Amino acid sequence: MAKIIIPTPLRKFTNNEAKLEIAGSNIEEAIINLTKQFPELKTNILDDSGSIRQFVKIYLGDEDINTLDKGHTPINDSSVISIIPAIAGGKE
Amino acid sequence: MKLKISKEALAHIESHARAEYPNECCGFLYGVDADDRVIDRVFEAKNSKEGDKRRRFEISPLDYLKAEQYAIENDIQLLGIYHSHPNHPARPSEHDRLQAVEYFSYIITSVADDKINITTSWRFNEQKQFIEEEINTITTTKV
Repeated sequence: MAKIIIPTPLRKFTNNEAKLEIAGSNIEEAIINLTKQFPELKTNILDDSGSIRQFVKIYLGDEDINTLDKGHTPINDSSVISIIPAIAGGKE
Repeated sequence: MKLKISKEALAHIESHARAEYPNECCGFLYGVDADDRVIDRVFEAKNSKEGDKRRRFEISPLDYLKAEQYAIENDIQLLGIYHSHPNHPARPSEHDRLQAVEYFSYIITSVADDKINITTSWRFNEQKQFIEEEINTITTTKV
């Protein structure tokens, strides 16, 4: 199973687990399985249409899945998936 | 709410704010979140915002990923983000609020030229609002 790294702010929804092993043959399946296992994660990762939220990025290793095959990007037992919140701001 | 931060960590943030002036600086806050939230380590991040860095900051996803990996490898917690507001109050803007993440502390340093006006800290809550945290400095050797 692939590993998913949960960002610190979302660990309250995963019993403080930082790394989880999740089944799935591609990124989309893994994310769906993750949100089934931890339902409170769902609204923090997916929007109402089931797409990845605007301010969330999904990386496979050190590559943005948007530069790969997005949700259809295949994964295997050695895959490491990261959920990354957008970090930005500014004074105005 | 209170945020304890080592004097060295706070000094590092304010030094970074002065060094990057007139641009906004940014970085990561590390420590322990128990009864008190204690920040004893900070790391500078690159402001990767394309465009006007004098009023915007952005941390790249890859830098954030590395920051999380560092915390896991060193058995510490990533507890928040700091950034500066050049020539502007140390209060979160609407732009800050729209992209804030629950749970994190957000330290903001108001800087003008070579002078730090004030440094504040804010916790973003489930109601999508910033609540100010009182900053208490502590003495520690880990930064």
